[in-house]
Amino acid sequence: MGNSPLFKSGHTACAGCGQAIAARLVVEASGANTIIANNTGCLEVFSTKYPETAWGVPWIHSLFENAAAVASGIEAALIYLGKKDTINVIAQGGDGSTGDIGLQALSGMLERGHDILYVCYDNEAYMNTGVQRSGLTPFDTNTTTSPSGARSSGNIRPKKPVPEICVAHGIPYVATASAGFPQDLTRKVKKAISIKGPKYIQIHVPCPLGWRHETNQMLPVAKLAVETGLYPLFEYENGVLVNRRQFTPKPVEEYLKSQGRFKHLLNNPEEIKKIQEIADNNIKKYGLKLEA
Amino acid sequence: MKEFVEGSHAIAQIIQACKPGVISAYPITPQTHIVEDLAQIVANGELKAQFVNVESEHSAASVVLGASATGVRVYTATSSQGLFYMQEVVFNIAGMRLPVVMTCANRAISAPINIWNDQQDSISLRDAGWVQIYAEDNQEAVDFHLIAYRLAEDKRVMLPVMVCMDGFILTHGMETLDLPEQDKVNKFLPNYNPLYKLDPAEPISMGLLADPDYYMEARYAIQETMKSSLGYLSEISSEFNAVFGRDYKDLLVEEYQTKDAEKVIVAMGSVCGTIKEVVDEQRAKGKKVGLLRIITYRPFPYARVYEALKDVSRIAVLDKAVSLGAYAPIAVEMKAAFYGKKKGPKVISSFVGGLGGRDITLESIHEVFRRLTAKEVNSDFIDLKPELLKEEYGK
Repeated sequence: MGNSPLFKSGHTACAGCGQAIAARLVVEASGANTIIANNTGCLEVFSTKYPETAWGVPWIHSLFENAAAVASGIEAALIYLGKKDTINVIAQGGDGSTGDIGLQALSGMLERGHDILYVCYDNEAYMNTGVQRSGLTPFDTNTTTSPSGARSSGNIRPKKPVPEICVAHGIPYVATASAGFPQDLTRKVKKAISIKGPKYIQIHVPCPLGWRHETNQMLPVAKLAVETGLYPLFEYENGVLVNRRQFTPKPVEEYLKSQGRFKHLLNNPEEIKKIQEIADNNIKKYGLKLEA
Repeated sequence: MKEFVEGSHAIAQIIQACKPGVISAYPITPQTHIVEDLAQIVANGELKAQFVNVESEHSAASVVLGASATGVRVYTATSSQGLFYMQEVVFNIAGMRLPVVMTCANRAISAPINIWNDQQDSISLRDAGWVQIYAEDNQEAVDFHLIAYRLAEDKRVMLPVMVCMDGFILTHGMETLDLPEQDKVNKFLPNYNPLYKLDPAEPISMGLLADPDYYMEARYAIQETMKSSLGYLSEISSEFNAVFGRDYKDLLVEEYQTKDAEKVIVAMGSVCGTIKEVVDEQRAKGKKVGLLRIITYRPFPYARVYEALKDVSRIAVLDKAVSLGAYAPIAVEMKAAFYGKKKGPKVISSFVGGLGGRDITLESIHEVFRRLTAKEVNSDFIDLKPELLKEEYGK
């Protein structure tokens, strides 16, 4: 990957950061005629430390949880100015700022029908503050606030189904994507911005620091999440499942042993079984198994 | 154009005349009539604006933040809990130097829940970096919104302005008002021409992380602008007078019978109308009393207050808010204004009244003057009901 005029090199993301790659793919797919509102989080911090910025498109950060509402204001202003038809508006944030503290603002944005693409970079915990669990942290994950111990095998609940919550809003387009499948991600962003109205894309982005894998393992780890059924990739249009990535499922153990955050589970077949059930349910629900 | 009109309706009309491009609000009593009227005005096609109905005050403030950053004039209004819920965004708007104008229909803070008037809401947000102007009556409330946009959008200022008007007393009060004509408004308030905006033709980043090497200068700049704004308010006030023929002088304070006064009440907002009546009554009996009305609370006009009251021997500060566990908010400023100065009152007594909509009557004001003795009192509550206190705490 060469330098990008829209998301420039020199930012301070960690080596192997899935979010940095995904964010770049998103803005490149959307193009120069884009305005971005960004929640507080890793992406905001590593891309815009004063007096520098990585962004080649107009970009604004206000607070942790309000990018969806700030973007709503930007979109309303563009309609007022008669410029909305030529400018894409993107709101973006991490999983915590999207599905926890920012869920209300996101819901409001979706319900009001703004012509905005919301992008959630899902690295499955509050990484910017030091790997605390969020509502989108997977079942049994070891984080600093859901640690494993004699009486705990990690995070006690499965991931909050934010894409499904978005589908329930009756919006025209909802998709999941992965930093491990960049072409698929680019296609989905381009498709989303071609549709008028509120759109939601949730991108699975490995975090070597928080997930505890080698920095050169970002792509294989991301791919394993998809190919075990733990991170299904799908597209909903107007409430209907229109597409999903199919594969020959691999056992979840392969994914779990690739990261330190699941290390405590490796000698615990009972817990691994529970996680395999989550994957199996996804495979069944979305029809992910590639039939011979 | 004279009209007998409800305060909220008049505010909606003057906002219409100011032609904001984006309006966003969330309903809370007693702000509702203002935004209902604006929604109708937009629905009728009488104002070409985007009216964004949001799911919370936090988002209302965020929507106007985003729209303002895109280079459009914006408006929002709230009260009480609504202002507190948007507090985080309120601070952020000032830090980002966005010229947002907001009406605060002043209302008490929960608990106990109470929808009636005091000034605890906006006063609690005094440190946010917003200019705060308090209206005594609805003519002022109308006029101050015009002045608010002029000040906020002034390139020397670029700070948000909150116009505070007492909930119900003003928002729901009917008065005959002179509603400014559109051509005069156009003359006084030109279209907003932003210094910076979110525009793909000229991409900029806004809201960057400032580390310890940069943060303090950003805050210092606001502090300095606040101080300078005291003078800009006078300038804009005299321009306002030239166009509309209403003279708010320097817009910082109003001196009412203070020149030779021995006892002066200092207060803010609609209660000053009641105080003026008592002052007139007592003056008629030869008593040397007066009123100093604070119009601009942020930035606080210390020098102006000092000049106005340096020869008065006793001051009673009447706050419609408390700082629980400390001196009342305006009282603190008054003491600061005179500390270490050559001249000044011998007594600065502090009274708290009108909380949660408790009526401040003519008799309440007479009582304040009576309690303004040589013995200084602090946060002395007026109009308390002893029988209720007995029920609660008496053993």
